[in-house]
Amino acid sequence: MNTMTMDKLDNIEAQSVFILREAYREFKNLAMLWSIGKDSTVLLWLARKAFFGHVPFPLVHIDTSFKIPEMIVYRDNLAREWKLNMVYGQNKAALEAKITFPAGKIDRLSCCKALKSEALKHTLAGDWPRFRMNHTTGQYEIDKNTEPYTGVIVGARADEEGSRSKERYFSPRDKNNDWDVGDQPPELWNQFKTDFAPGTHIRIHPLLDWTELNIWEYIQRENIPITNLYFDQGTGKRYRSLGCYPCTTPVDSTAKNVAEIVEELRSGKFSNIAERSGRAQDKEDGGLETLRRQGYM
Amino acid sequence: MNNQREQMNVVIVGHVDHGKSTVIGRLLADTGSLPEGKLEDVKAMCARNARPFEYAFLLDALKDEQAQGITIDTARSFFKSKKRDYIIIDAPGHIEFLKNMISGAARAEAALLVIDAHEGIKENSKRHGYMMSFLGIKNITVCINKMDLVKYSEKIFESIKAEYLEFLSEINVVPQNVIPISAREGDNMVSSSSHMPWYKGSSILQALDTFSKQAMPYEQQFRFPVQDIYKFTAEGDDRRIVAGRVETGTIKVGDEVVFLPSNKKNKIKSVEGFNTSATTTAVAGQSTGFCFETQIYIRPGEIMCNAAERAPYVSTRFKTNIFWMSKEPMVKGKNYKLKIATQHVPVVLSQIVSVLDASELSSIASKSEISRHDVAECILETLKPVAFDKVTDISATGRFVIVDNYEIVGGGIILAPVFEESSIVKDHVHRREMNWERSGITPEKRAQKYDHKSTLIVITGQVETGKQRIAKALEEKLFRQGKFVYFLGIPNQPANLEKAGNDRTLNRFFHIQQLGEMAHILTDAGLILITSISEADDAELKILKSLNQPNKTLIIGVGEEEISTELTDLKLSANMETEKAVSQIFDLLVRSVVLDPEYNI
Repeated sequence: MNTMTMDKLDNIEAQSVFILREAYREFKNLAMLWSIGKDSTVLLWLARKAFFGHVPFPLVHIDTSFKIPEMIVYRDNLAREWKLNMVYGQNKAALEAKITFPAGKIDRLSCCKALKSEALKHTLAGDWPRFRMNHTTGQYEIDKNTEPYTGVIVGARADEEGSRSKERYFSPRDKNNDWDVGDQPPELWNQFKTDFAPGTHIRIHPLLDWTELNIWEYIQRENIPITNLYFDQGTGKRYRSLGCYPCTTPVDSTAKNVAEIVEELRSGKFSNIAERSGRAQDKEDGGLETLRRQGYM
Repeated sequence: MNNQREQMNVVIVGHVDHGKSTVIGRLLADTGSLPEGKLEDVKAMCARNARPFEYAFLLDALKDEQAQGITIDTARSFFKSKKRDYIIIDAPGHIEFLKNMISGAARAEAALLVIDAHEGIKENSKRHGYMMSFLGIKNITVCINKMDLVKYSEKIFESIKAEYLEFLSEINVVPQNVIPISAREGDNMVSSSSHMPWYKGSSILQALDTFSKQAMPYEQQFRFPVQDIYKFTAEGDDRRIVAGRVETGTIKVGDEVVFLPSNKKNKIKSVEGFNTSATTTAVAGQSTGFCFETQIYIRPGEIMCNAAERAPYVSTRFKTNIFWMSKEPMVKGKNYKLKIATQHVPVVLSQIVSVLDASELSSIASKSEISRHDVAECILETLKPVAFDKVTDISATGRFVIVDNYEIVGGGIILAPVFEESSIVKDHVHRREMNWERSGITPEKRAQKYDHKSTLIVITGQVETGKQRIAKALEEKLFRQGKFVYFLGIPNQPANLEKAGNDRTLNRFFHIQQLGEMAHILTDAGLILITSISEADDAELKILKSLNQPNKTLIIGVGEEEISTELTDLKLSANMETEKAVSQIFDLLVRSVVLDPEYNI
């Protein structure tokens, strides 16, 4: 940003910042989904860019309780350090009744639907409890704010998977969180759909133009703190994509730092293998697209 | 980071079934850009379902698309040449999905326009060609596809080429290349085909690689549409930052800038950023922020320009080309919302010059409304002045969208400003006054009877500056003196949401309009009418004044500078003592002969 010419990362950064600011200007009840993974952490960093060091909206994490434990520790550390308005939601009923895939009761897709899509839908709507970090005590408390979020910022990238390649920057969701792929709003130049009917909400996708490689190049350039799960810590394995531990497997890789990951993606062993190949739920019938139509991130 | 590769967005358009998806599938496969195993997966899937393999299947990521066999929405795929990375945007060819095609094409830097050699030029071949020029895409390559179906005939190729080039020349489009291809057979896709030795030109991949990236507009006049004004007080941050993206040009600390349409001036004090090294300049393409030498009060939507350079136009009327996408036609007299750069203003279709049938290029002059898929030359009138450029000068500030009922329903480009004295509000007031059935009691008689003239007193300023408190105290004082006075406290949010919808821009205008019409009746009845309104700008106050004509309006600004001094009759500081404020307004009423004690008719 400090040179006189813009390179590719400068351009996609500027576009993402522009989108974040449009969202902040237009949506009173705005929230950002933070999955703790590299993409949404870059998104969080871009918010700090857009708002000059501040993050003027809550960060929402959907905690399935099956996340790799290091992820939660990392989340709370950053939330404290950056003074984030940190909120999480959870499908308590399903977890208490143990109706989950790890408990052997349902298949992977149904588990995703219950612990992620359902939990997300009700956390956004505010009709299930939201747990908000109290920065004085460092503990989570039930959030008094139960107003539905009408603008939800999500870190989806177009190159991740087929259905994501059809998203808009500003993409409407109906009352049931459903996505109508066949009837999407036009998006002309830099004018987005920022108007929405009562009861509907808009998903905002500032990272749509970023590739997995761009994400890592940017992490490297900006020196963004990322959870260690992405790095090989001596076992010859690392996570390429983070999710719930029963459904996410690490890949064989000896990349120990960001520079090595960038190299691996640019010309090394992963330059031609899809990122989500370690995610088991994508491989079941319907996979991610079915989940997305029903409100999955 | 020097090994970052260049990237280019390419849209692929054309009539339905002319083979766009096959072209993309081929490009992905032949450039080795498919993920490992993808080609084999799709071939295996075809074998399982006893379908012949087609390259188009590689793109059919979505189920209902496969079911219908047509592309519904733009989808992005990625492929690489030696020179750069491409994002290829697959735009649907079916007329029903034209708005999706436009969305895809609007973010492209180059276009591949596919025509079926067997079927020839179809309606959407022309329409899409026209839309490419409308959207401002300079790099265009025409691909005459399915050459295998016409036995690789040079004659057929040349005849389609000649016909299509003639069409394009009518709309001032010159394509870089016209290439005979067969995407299915892989002819002239990434290398020259042996089936067509008569063709000496580039393959598609070669053609794409010769497209030049448009240079960033560093040299143009500086344009910085303001997205927002931030004052985050957390952690002791006291910066007031004007945020946005530099669309064109450059600016540096110390430069004098002007904000339009408000015409406020200031000087750049600093360029702000987060996790960037300190800098004193900002250039086209950057999303950034500025602090200023003196305190600044402006609204999101204004365009910041370099005071030493040519300014954008400021007007309420301009001539445009509009492309309409809604099933509901665009009609005259209805309020729509215009979004141009970061400005949002109510707009009305004022005049249709002509409507173009984009597929036939025939002009219909007599249409009274703009139907779905029409391209119309027309004059728009905004209800407040906006700042803009001609699209041929600066595209970022010369194009716009129109919003109706929560949806973007039209897109347009500005051809030229129109400067005219008449305006919707003035015309309305003129007609209203012409048709008003006058009371037998003249304003003079009322003034004599009530012992004061009528006036509207508007108290404006930022929120929570004590406007209402002052307004009510003034009402009380005048009432005690026996004046005919009323405080009108209609809420900002209209009760009748059904009528207004929840559009902030249109609601605000509706509120001003309602206030103006009520004020006109009440001041006509001889009242001293007091009202308060938060954060009104010059244009809104002028509308209010116009609507209250021919009766008197006095404007009182509370708090820091918001509106221009020539509009303000009295300036009060924020949270002033009630008694002091009231007595100053009282003096103003005396001065402006509303309450002149010596007052005689």
